[in-house]
Amino acid sequence: MSAKPRALTIAILAMGGEGGGVLADWIVDLAERNGFVAQATSVPGVAQRTGATVYYLELFPRGEIPAGAQPVLALAPVSGELDVVVASELMEAGRALQQGLVSKERSTFIVSTHRVYSMTERTSRGDGRVDATKLLEGAREGAARLIAADFAALAEQSQGPIAPALFGALAASKALPFDRSMFEDAIRHAGVGVQSSLQAFDAGFTAALVPKAAPLDAPGAALGPRLAALGERIDRDFPSEAHEMLRHAVLRLAEYQDTAYAQEYLDTLLPLRDAGIVLVETGRHLALWMSYEDAVRVADLKTRRSRFQRVEGEVRLAPSQLLDINEFMHPRVDEIADILPAALGRWLMRPGWGRTAAARLTQRGRIVRTSTIGGYLLLYMIASMRSLRRRSLRFRVEHDRMAVWLGEVQRLAAAKPALALEVARAQRLVKGYGDTHAHGWRGFQRLMGVLPALEADPAGAQRLGDLANAALSDDTGAALERMLATV
Amino acid sequence: MAECSFTAEVEKLRLGAGEHFHGEGILAVTKALLQSGVAYVAGYQGAPISHLMDVLADANDIMRELGVRFEHSASEATAAATLAASVNYPLRGAVTFKSTVGTNVASDAIANLASGGVVGGALIIVGEDYGEGSSIMQERSHAFAMKSQVWLLDPRPNLPSIVRAVENGFELSEASSTPVMLELRIRACHVYGSFTSKDNVRPAYTLKDAIERPRREVDRIVLPPSTYLHEKEKIERRWPAAVNFIQERGLNEFFSEGAQDVGIVLQGGLYNGVIRALELLGLADPFGNTRIPLYVLNVTYPLVDAEFAQFCAGKRSILIVEEGQPDYIEQAVHAILRRGDVQTRVHGKDFLHMAGEYTGSVLLKGVRAYIDSQSPALLERHAPPAVLAPAVAEGDRETAVAIREAAAQVHGRPPSFCTGCPERPIFTAIKLVERELGSHHVSCDIGCHLFSILPPFNIGATTMGYGLGWAGAAAFNTPETSKRTLSIMGDGGFWHNGLTSGVGNAVFNQTDNVLVVVDNGYSAATGGQDILSSKASNPIRATNHPIEKAVRGVGVEWVRTVDHTYSLERMRDALRSALTTSEKGPKVVVASSECMLNKQRRVKPVLRKAISDGRRVVRERFGVDPDTCTGDHSCIRLSGCPSLTIRPNPDPLRSDPVTVVIDSCVGCGLCGEAAHAAVLCPSFYRAEIINNPTWWDRWLRHARSTVIGWLQTRIERRLAGLAA
Repeated sequence: MSAKPRALTIAILAMGGEGGGVLADWIVDLAERNGFVAQATSVPGVAQRTGATVYYLELFPRGEIPAGAQPVLALAPVSGELDVVVASELMEAGRALQQGLVSKERSTFIVSTHRVYSMTERTSRGDGRVDATKLLEGAREGAARLIAADFAALAEQSQGPIAPALFGALAASKALPFDRSMFEDAIRHAGVGVQSSLQAFDAGFTAALVPKAAPLDAPGAALGPRLAALGERIDRDFPSEAHEMLRHAVLRLAEYQDTAYAQEYLDTLLPLRDAGIVLVETGRHLALWMSYEDAVRVADLKTRRSRFQRVEGEVRLAPSQLLDINEFMHPRVDEIADILPAALGRWLMRPGWGRTAAARLTQRGRIVRTSTIGGYLLLYMIASMRSLRRRSLRFRVEHDRMAVWLGEVQRLAAAKPALALEVARAQRLVKGYGDTHAHGWRGFQRLMGVLPALEADPAGAQRLGDLANAALSDDTGAALERMLATV
Repeated sequence: MAECSFTAEVEKLRLGAGEHFHGEGILAVTKALLQSGVAYVAGYQGAPISHLMDVLADANDIMRELGVRFEHSASEATAAATLAASVNYPLRGAVTFKSTVGTNVASDAIANLASGGVVGGALIIVGEDYGEGSSIMQERSHAFAMKSQVWLLDPRPNLPSIVRAVENGFELSEASSTPVMLELRIRACHVYGSFTSKDNVRPAYTLKDAIERPRREVDRIVLPPSTYLHEKEKIERRWPAAVNFIQERGLNEFFSEGAQDVGIVLQGGLYNGVIRALELLGLADPFGNTRIPLYVLNVTYPLVDAEFAQFCAGKRSILIVEEGQPDYIEQAVHAILRRGDVQTRVHGKDFLHMAGEYTGSVLLKGVRAYIDSQSPALLERHAPPAVLAPAVAEGDRETAVAIREAAAQVHGRPPSFCTGCPERPIFTAIKLVERELGSHHVSCDIGCHLFSILPPFNIGATTMGYGLGWAGAAAFNTPETSKRTLSIMGDGGFWHNGLTSGVGNAVFNQTDNVLVVVDNGYSAATGGQDILSSKASNPIRATNHPIEKAVRGVGVEWVRTVDHTYSLERMRDALRSALTTSEKGPKVVVASSECMLNKQRRVKPVLRKAISDGRRVVRERFGVDPDTCTGDHSCIRLSGCPSLTIRPNPDPLRSDPVTVVIDSCVGCGLCGEAAHAAVLCPSFYRAEIINNPTWWDRWLRHARSTVIGWLQTRIERRLAGLAA
C-alpha cells in the first residue's frame, strides 16, 4: 500500500445468478474481521435477470483512521483507480477494460477465461462468436497483473459455484492484505455450502498460482484396417495439406454409408487435387454434403452406444441413478419420402391418398423413448434402411445437386480460384432440417443464380462471400435479397 | 413469498440503544422507521426499494409487536393515499416506492395530501431509479417535490446520515405540516455499512386511538374554498416553518466554509463521490477533511436563501453539483443570488454534463475542470489522477490497441428471461403465429415480459407504463380492418391498474382486440412478491383470486386460460383463435404458469430433501446431440433461454458452433415443444434422471439394456475397423 492511507478498491463484474453478491459478502466479512472498514454496493435491479452487474467495494484499514474520524468511501468506481478487478467471464473482462476500470499501473485483474455467449453470439445462423484471444490479450496488456484461468471449469470439477473459485484466486493474488486462512474463514462464517465452496476455493487458489498449460490440439483421425487402402490412396494421390481433412471425411462417409461410398468421394475429388485450398474446402463441404442428415443418419447416430454414454456424461448420471432418453422427432411427409426408394418417394409426395394419410400421421411431433425396447427398435430399423439409401429419393436429389455445384467449382478452379473457393464455401448455407434446410437451399440457389454475373466482376469472389454472409445473417432472406438487388 | 428472504436480517431490527447495526442501506431505513415511532408503513415494490418491502414483510411480527401496520399497497397511488391517516391524527406514517414511475402514479394522492397538509409526520421514501442499472425513463423526483411543495431530503449516502434523515424527516414534516420525501439513489439503497442503533419506539398515539376516536377538520379537505387557504398556508406558514427547522437543526452541512474563495454546493447523495474526486486531486483526505469549501444540501427542496448568502459571502464563484436535469437547483440559486444581490458567479452544468449520471469519473473531471479554471494553483502540487493523466506514451500504444480491440469484442448483455421462464413460450408462440398470420401491432407493458422487445424475440412496439399495455393499444380500434392488435400485460400490472385502465376500458369502448395476460403468480420483475392472483398461500395476505374471474367480472366474454404456457401448441392455438375468431368484442388470453425463478426456489429444497430421504424422484433436463446438430441455431432464435447456448463444434469438418443445453436446464420443456411445433430438428432429447430407482425400475432397465446392448454391439460390429 502507498504511504498515504487510502481505500482499497475492488470491482466485481458478474452476471446475474453467478454469485457476485456472495463474493462481495465474503470480502466484506473478510475485511471487517481483519481490521478494515468495508463498504459494498451494487446495482441489482433488473440486471439480476441474467444481465451484467458490477459490485463495488472499498476497504479502509481501521488502524489508519484518526480518532473521531470516519473514512468517506465512494459508492462507484473511478476509472483507473481500482486495486482489484474481478471478471467472472471473459467478455465481462472486456467490459471492465471498455469501462476503463482496469489500470496498467495498479490493477490486479482476476479473470475467468470461460465464455458465456451473448445473445448475439448465440443467435447467429453460423459462427457469431467474438474473438476470445483478443479479449484475453487486452486483459493481459491492460492490467498491472493478470490472473486468468477457467475458474468455471475448476468450480465445476470441485462441484462448487464459480464465486469461491474466484475468491480463491483473489486470495492467491495477495492483492489484499489477508492470509489464506482468513479467506477460508469468511466462507465458513457465511455457512452456506461450506464444503463445496472450500473445495472450489482451493482449486481457484491453486490455479491462480500455477496457470495450466493450454490443451493440445485434438488428435487427428487415424484410419483403421478397413480404411487402410483409402488412407494409402490419400497419401499417394493428394497433397499433404488435405490429408487430415480427407481422413476425417473418409471415416465419416464409411460410417455414414460404406467404404465404397468413401471411395467414390475420393474419386470425385481427384480432379481438384492440384487446386490447393480449393481442394481442402471443397473436400470438407463435399463430405458434409454427401453425409446429408436424413432420418437414417439421425437414427443411426442416436442408437449408438457411444451416444448413450455421452448423454450419461452430459447429465452427470451418478451410478445410483437411472436414465431415460426421449427423442423429439417431427418427421414430415418429405422426410419419409426422402428415405424411400425414389419412385415410391415421388409417389408419396404427389397429391393423393398416400400423401394425405402420411400427412395425417405426421401432423404432430413424436417423442420416441430410445431407452425402451420399442423406441430403440423403431430407430434401429430406420437406421437399417441405410442399405436402401443409394436408391432413395433424397440420395438422387442431393447427388444431382452436388454434381452441379462440383461442376462449377471445377470449372472455376483453374481460372478463378478465389471465386471457386467461395462457391465451395457457399455450401455452408445448406444445413439443418425441414424448413431450415429448404430455406438454406433457396439461398444457395439464389447465389448460384448470380454466379455468371459475378464471374465477370473482378471482385466477384469477395461479393459472393458477402452474399453468403448476408444469407446467413437472418431467418427471412431479406438481407440477401437487399444485397442481391445491388448485383 | 418474495425472492429475497430477509428472515435472518430482520432480527437486526430488534437491536437496542448503543448496539451496532451492520447491513444494507434499505434495511437501515426500516430500523430508522421503528426508532422513530412510526405507526403505519405501506408501499409498492420496485427496484431499488423492493428490498425495503421484502424486509418489511419479513419483519411483520416485529412490527406487530410494536403496533405498526404494514400494507402491501395495490399501487403507489394506494400507498400515497395511505398517508391520509396522518392528516387528522398525530400518527407517523411512511410509504415507499420506485421513483419517478411510482411517484407518477402516486402524484394525485401526494398532491391532495400536500394541499391539506399533515399533523402526523408523513414520509415518502422514494428509490431514485436513475443512472446505471436503471430500468425506467430518466427523470427526477425533484419536480414532484416542487410542484406539490413537499420537502425533499437527499442525505449523504452513509448509514448514519440516512438514518438521521428518516428521523429528521418526521420532525420536519410535523414542524411544517408538510409531507417529506426522502430520496435514496440506487447505490445508497444497496450500500452495505453500519450505524449505532437506538431502541425501537412504540407509537405514542396508535391507529386504535384514531379509529376509536375519529376526528375531522373540514378545512383540511381538498375542496374549495379550503384549497385557496391551503395554497396561501403553504407559502405563508409551512414553507417558512420548514426553512426555520432546516436552519435550526442544521440539516444542511458546511465543511471548511471559509477555506477558499471558491466552493462547491452539492446534493447530499453525491457527497462521497465529490470527496473522492477532491481526494484524487489532493484537495481532501479520505476522512472528508477538505481544502475546498463544501455546502452539502441534505435538503434539496426547499433551498434556504440565507444559507446560500452565507456560503457565497467572500466567494468569487461556486460550483453546483446537481445530478440530472432540468437543473432546478442551479436555476433556483441563480434567482436566490440575484434577488439577494450577491455577485458570486454560479457554475454547474457548464462543467458537469446536463444529462446523465454523475459517476466517479464524471465528478472527478468536472470538479477538476472547475478548480483549474478558478484556482489552478490548488492543483499544482499533485500528480493528476490516472483517468486525467496525459495521453498514453508512445510505448503504451500497443497496450491501447490491445485494450481497444478487446473492448470491440464486447456485446451488451441486457437482462433477459431466466432459464425455464414460463413467459418465453408465450413469445415463441407469438412468433409461430406470426409465421402464419403475419406480424401484428404489439403493445407492451412493464414487467419481465418487456424483455420480449429484445433479441431473440423482437416483439413489441411501445410500453406506456405499468398496467397500461392494453390502454396503449386503445386507439387501434376501427371497423376499417379485421386485423387485430395484440397487447401484453403482466399479472402485476393487471392488479396495479390494468384491470380498469386496460380491460374495463376495452369492454366499455367495445374493442375487438386481443390481450395476453402473463400470469406467473408473482409480481416477478420486482422480486417475486405475492399479488391477488398468486397461487401460493400467504399468512398475512389474501391470494388465489383468479384473473379470469376478474376479467369476466368486468364484462369480457371471450376468455381463454392456458394453464401450462410451455405447451406451445395450446399457447399458439389460443393466440391464433383470439386473433382470427369471428366473434366480436374484447378477447383475453390468460397465460398462466408459475415464475420459474420462484418455483425453483420453492421446489428445489423439497426435491433435494426427497432425494436424500431415499424417495424416487425424476429430474428432467434437455440435451442436444452435437452430431446431428448442424449449427443453424434456429432453436435459440425461438427461445433465447440462458441454458440453451453454443459450444465449439466437436465435428472436425464443421466450424459453426453447435447448440448445447447446459446443466442449469430445469427441463421446462420448451426446447422439445419448439422443435415439434416449428419442425426444427431431431437433435433435442429429454433426459429423465431417476433418483432412488425402485426394484421395478432396475429390473426394467436390466431387461431393456440387455436387448438394446445386444443391438448396439451389432452396430459396433458394422463400424469395427473403420477408425483406428
